Amino acid sequence: MTYRASNDPPHGTVGAPRVEAARAKLTACNVDVFYGEKHAIKDVSLDIGRNEVTALIGPSGCGKSTFMRCLNRMNDIIDICRVTGTITLDGEDIYDPKIDVVHLRARVGMVFQKPNPFPKSIFENVAYGPRIHGLASGKAGLEEIVLTSLKRAGLLEEVKDRLHAPGTSLSGGQQQRLCIARAIAVSPQVILMDEPCSALDPIATARIEELIDELQHNFTIVIVTHSMQQAARVSQRTAFFHLGELIECGMTEQIFTNPLHRLTQGYLTGRFG
Amino acid sequence: MTDTKTSSLVPSAVYDRLRRRRAAERRFRFYGLAAVGLALMMLVFLFVSIVRQGYSAFTEHVITLTVALDPAVIDPEGRRNSQSLSSADYQRLVRESLAALFPDVTERAERRLLFGLLSSGASHRLRDVVMREPARIGTTVVIETPLDDDADRFLKGLVSPDVPESERRIKDRQIVWLKALHAGGGIHNRFNTTLFTAGDSREPELAGILGAVVGSFYLMLTTVVLSFPIGVAAAVYLEEFAPRNRFTDLIEVNINNLAAVPSVVFGLLGLAIFLDFFGLPRSASLVGGLVLSLIILPTIIIAARAALKAVPPSIREAALGVGASKMQSILHHVLPLAVPGIMTGTIIGMAHALGESAPLLVIGMVAFIVDVPVTPLDPTTVLPVQIYLWADSAERAFVERTAAAIMVLLIFLIAMNALAVIIRKKFERQW
Repeated sequence: MTYRASNDPPHGTVGAPRVEAARAKLTACNVDVFYGEKHAIKDVSLDIGRNEVTALIGPSGCGKSTFMRCLNRMNDIIDICRVTGTITLDGEDIYDPKIDVVHLRARVGMVFQKPNPFPKSIFENVAYGPRIHGLASGKAGLEEIVLTSLKRAGLLEEVKDRLHAPGTSLSGGQQQRLCIARAIAVSPQVILMDEPCSALDPIATARIEELIDELQHNFTIVIVTHSMQQAARVSQRTAFFHLGELIECGMTEQIFTNPLHRLTQGYLTGRFG
Repeated sequence: MTDTKTSSLVPSAVYDRLRRRRAAERRFRFYGLAAVGLALMMLVFLFVSIVRQGYSAFTEHVITLTVALDPAVIDPEGRRNSQSLSSADYQRLVRESLAALFPDVTERAERRLLFGLLSSGASHRLRDVVMREPARIGTTVVIETPLDDDADRFLKGLVSPDVPESERRIKDRQIVWLKALHAGGGIHNRFNTTLFTAGDSREPELAGILGAVVGSFYLMLTTVVLSFPIGVAAAVYLEEFAPRNRFTDLIEVNINNLAAVPSVVFGLLGLAIFLDFFGLPRSASLVGGLVLSLIILPTIIIAARAALKAVPPSIREAALGVGASKMQSILHHVLPLAVPGIMTGTIIGMAHALGESAPLLVIGMVAFIVDVPVTPLDPTTVLPVQIYLWADSAERAFVERTAAAIMVLLIFLIAMNALAVIIRKKFERQW
């Protein structure tokens, strides 16, 4: 792993990839990712602000998902993947060999593109995380965590009578909210969402977006999305990736109304992507 | 559907191509149907020929004899201890009781013919009765005892009386007696329990498959206890933990190769290692199980790896995403989802092992063993080897018993394969 001075101005990136140090939850410095020979992420430096929603946008294959998966080291499970640079969570280097990746993933939760509930009951889906981390004291405690998580994910009303029905029996939107409930059940500080609405219809999408609005008070959220409207609706800050490079980053309003880089402008106006 | 022939909208070149395509499709379907039909025909042919040959083995003719338990013959010295009781001349008693039914048969050669109708097992039956209840000595007992296999076959209609007497084992005189006994109710046909309760024997009417079934059971037990955990552990390691490099590629190629090695080679390996080197007992089902474990291990590993690979990566990601360790994600999520596939592979491997005979011949399980094994270390034989042994026997009555044993083996195989299907259907989950 190569270390560089963290205050290097990220060359190539325009806008404001950095936030004030006090507000930064996650800080990425000069991150490069290689899949074998392929250079997937090129020298990306980006801050993720505390308790706000950061949207990562860009055309397919631009590396936004890859970058996000670096934030909870999900790329570790891919043999040929190599990450250099530093990423810190509250000032702590998450690629430090002393870091327990299991503990990291409990702090940085993840919601995937395709809803992927375990083929178990709704209750078990949510209870699994707290159980393996020993977060609940006794059966009643576990039940409380499950119910609270389902409630915060806006799913409790719909499923409270059938908590022991299989999670896979829910509709796609409900499954995705179940996955969100599962992620927040382990009380993470950051939630990464990898195109959480791409498999959902507009109504289910609207529910998830409402949910993101509510969750941002308690969690730091990073969302990868292909829908620019969605990025505009839910995020405070937006980062635009192109061909593995972070082209532009800034407040969402500014990016969508007054993009600085011509690539950002081109993407937002639909000229490519 | 519109008729393309009359439609002017379709140019003739397109129409020709469509027609050819449909013809090709029909041809393809016909080939498939023909293949399935042929396979089914072979199967029906196999079953019909086995059942036709073997159904008669499931019944036997028994003769009812009233035997006077003469103390002077059984225990002339009146000691009544088990040694003298077990060595008494029961054959004489049985024969006398049969001779009493035909008082006019007095000539020596004729008497021998008459006694030839009885199975040599008759005296054992009588001895068993006396040993169980020595108090009955001095009274008369009624016993049912199997007929000799030739007489049994005649009564089942398997021997034609039209064949010249010199060319059949059952003689005209015996036929007369048999008919008389049959008409008088002295002989009746019943379900052949001997076939399922006895070990092997030189006498077809006394031979059973119990020894082979128990031997096969111990063999399967040893095989599954050894190969299932080893196979699953190897598959989990290779699929989930092992790095992908030249060495693991080599292992993979070798596992696939081992699955195709002729099983008799494994038998030779077992002979060299388990018998010669470790000095384990010959003909024991334990050794057979060890050898069969080696044979089906590649099958289980390949099936288990395929089952693990089929678990969607999203499940692993979901588990890792909530902070499960790699081992937790495998034990809690991946393995349970792979269980149906692993079980199916294992059961099919076991069915393969149950039908295996060549490697077992090499490690000496082909011996003639009368006793039903009690432990996996006792010498035994197994069903397929028993079939081989019987098929090799000269007595005609072993032909039907061979077919009956094949039927029993097939029933076990069908049951195991059905179990595999049921398990797959039952545990198949949606995600």
